[in-house]
Amino acid sequence: MNLSRRDALWVGLGGLAAAALPGSVMAATNDELIAAFAAGGAEGTGTFTLTAPEIAENGNTVPVSFDAPGAVAVMLLATGNPEPAVATFTFGPAAGRQMAATRIRLAKTQDVVAVAKMADGSILKAQTTVKVTIGGCGG
Amino acid sequence: MISRREFLQASVAASAIVGLSGFGNWSKLAAQQALTQDQLLQFEDFGNVTLIHITDIHAHLKPIWFREPEWNVGIGPAKGVPPHVVGKDFIKMFNLTPQSPEAYALTFEDFVALGKTYGRMGGMDRVATVVKAIRAARPDALLLDGGDTWHGSMTSYLTKGQDMVNVMNALGTDAMTSHWEWTFGTERVKELVETQLKFPFLGANIFDAEWDEPAFEPYKIFEKNGTRIAVIGQAFPYMPIANPKWMFPEYSFGIREERMQAMVDEVRATGVDLVVCLSHNGFDVDRKMAGRVKGIDVILTGHTHDAIPEPVLVGETILIASGSHGKFVSRVDLDVRDGKMMGFRHKLIPIFSDVITPDADMAALIDAERAPYKADLETVVGTTDSLLYRRGNFQGTWDDLICQAVISERDTDIAMSPGVRWGASLMPGDNITREDIHSVCSMTYGQVYRTEMTGETIHTILEDVADNIFNADPYYQQGGDMVRIGGMAFACDVSKPIGQRITNMVHLKSGETLDAAKTYMVGGWGSVNEGTEGPMIWDVIESHLKKIGTVKLEPNTSVTVTGL
Repeated sequence: MNLSRRDALWVGLGGLAAAALPGSVMAATNDELIAAFAAGGAEGTGTFTLTAPEIAENGNTVPVSFDAPGAVAVMLLATGNPEPAVATFTFGPAAGRQMAATRIRLAKTQDVVAVAKMADGSILKAQTTVKVTIGGCGG
Repeated sequence: MISRREFLQASVAASAIVGLSGFGNWSKLAAQQALTQDQLLQFEDFGNVTLIHITDIHAHLKPIWFREPEWNVGIGPAKGVPPHVVGKDFIKMFNLTPQSPEAYALTFEDFVALGKTYGRMGGMDRVATVVKAIRAARPDALLLDGGDTWHGSMTSYLTKGQDMVNVMNALGTDAMTSHWEWTFGTERVKELVETQLKFPFLGANIFDAEWDEPAFEPYKIFEKNGTRIAVIGQAFPYMPIANPKWMFPEYSFGIREERMQAMVDEVRATGVDLVVCLSHNGFDVDRKMAGRVKGIDVILTGHTHDAIPEPVLVGETILIASGSHGKFVSRVDLDVRDGKMMGFRHKLIPIFSDVITPDADMAALIDAERAPYKADLETVVGTTDSLLYRRGNFQGTWDDLICQAVISERDTDIAMSPGVRWGASLMPGDNITREDIHSVCSMTYGQVYRTEMTGETIHTILEDVADNIFNADPYYQQGGDMVRIGGMAFACDVSKPIGQRITNMVHLKSGETLDAAKTYMVGGWGSVNEGTEGPMIWDVIESHLKKIGTVKLEPNTSVTVTGL
């Protein structure tokens, strides 16, 4: 085979594109994840509670909880992680309360987002910033 | 100086002080020859409840010099409002007389000259006199300690907090909350709380780390004079981040605003008349919390070491800031009726050690606590021609000296000294004793590390610490001040977001800009990492002082601050 310099460049770029492809397929963007979850539902007017520490004591295991009365499903996103999707919780009609608590790993300081789908298909959003720090010096 | 006539007018005003919000009501004191204990304690009893607040003593049993900050930058809505007001602006805002005792106690202006006139401040034997005098007038007064009590001196280090527990028990403390207490480790904290402490150790926000469930007594309800008073404790929220979490791995902290609201609701449901939060959040965090948690009447603030001569109002909540190191005691009288706080009268009492007579019992106890270590405490290691102080957002002469000691003794390019707010000052001409050195560096993790860091890592550390102080949202501030740097210059734009504040990092010895990829030898102390190795910082300082004899510091111009 006799590759010209131009062809070689093309091959190189093709290789790059292929290498990038798996990542772009697996890690959908936050907007894409929210759009897929919302399934066209309009944004509602209510609020719900998302609780997370302001500064993580340990970024590898950050306690996060939500309480979303009336929700049928709640999606949790760690928007700054390489893979933002954390979990989607679904609540059946027999569920006494629409709340859950879990622990998530945060790669860096970022917004944690919870999106709730209500029984009427409308969507509510809550978000909070969790700082992941290397530690400071107390007074 | 103040004339006799002005003094008389001032003392008339003094009887009408306090209560009310707004500036300019603080007691006007005269020059020291006219200063009396009665004047310092003068207070027209008010209402039916009295709170006495002291906080952040940092184990300073004896009177000290303490220079208030020259830098206390407020960001966003905190800009230019207490406690982010210093020096002449502070004097103007609170309508103080320049060069007066209160200007000396509350600001850094003319500190060395005024110190000669007004003397050292604090001393727990003087504090005991003040507490006893208040209790003589108000036997039902509650004495509440905001924490950072067991740590910060040579004797507290050597006795693992025992000396301070004995003193606070003898003082008749009714409740406390915590921060540096935890740096003695879980086992020691539990031992002291369970077997030694004669009052509750409150912390509504101290949770079990594994199950995230409440782990300590959140509040205590006191019945005083027919009034039911709930005191809710709030420990330092960022314990496992700002201090070594491996020393207390069983516990998790955090602001936990929803928990505070739940506790307020819980005590209100039992029909208490007054809700007091005994907090170690730091002033800006408390100010934000006061606007978001409903139903707290009084927040006794701590952690950020601010002394504010008048209460700060947020809605119907009053915030009291009582300084640090035993330099001040706050008295707050409240009129509580029908489950409501109807009014208050407040005085931030400065503890002028030459004016207030030491309480004999407490003085004897303090001497007994110190006796086993007396020779060590009083050993003179060197002298200083320069004023040595720490408080302020950037640098400070004590840390200039400490960084020089680290660079010299540990042979490093760059030194880092943590931006804590504790540690007494020393006046030019003072001897430097072992006790004085411990005052600015005593801790259970004082090993001086020596390690290679890239320019990028050093930048990341500076950015991270700066964001703990200058983040516009107080809930993301940990308190403390900027890490002190030796051997390196930098610029800090406090108005920028994280990652963009720190620029122009220059290695001073070579005059070269720091290379992100190059490694530098860095020495420092107070690492939160487990297993840090090295000699203790006080030994490093002592060794350095023995070589130089007398401290003579040049003005430090290595930090450029913009964005104010």
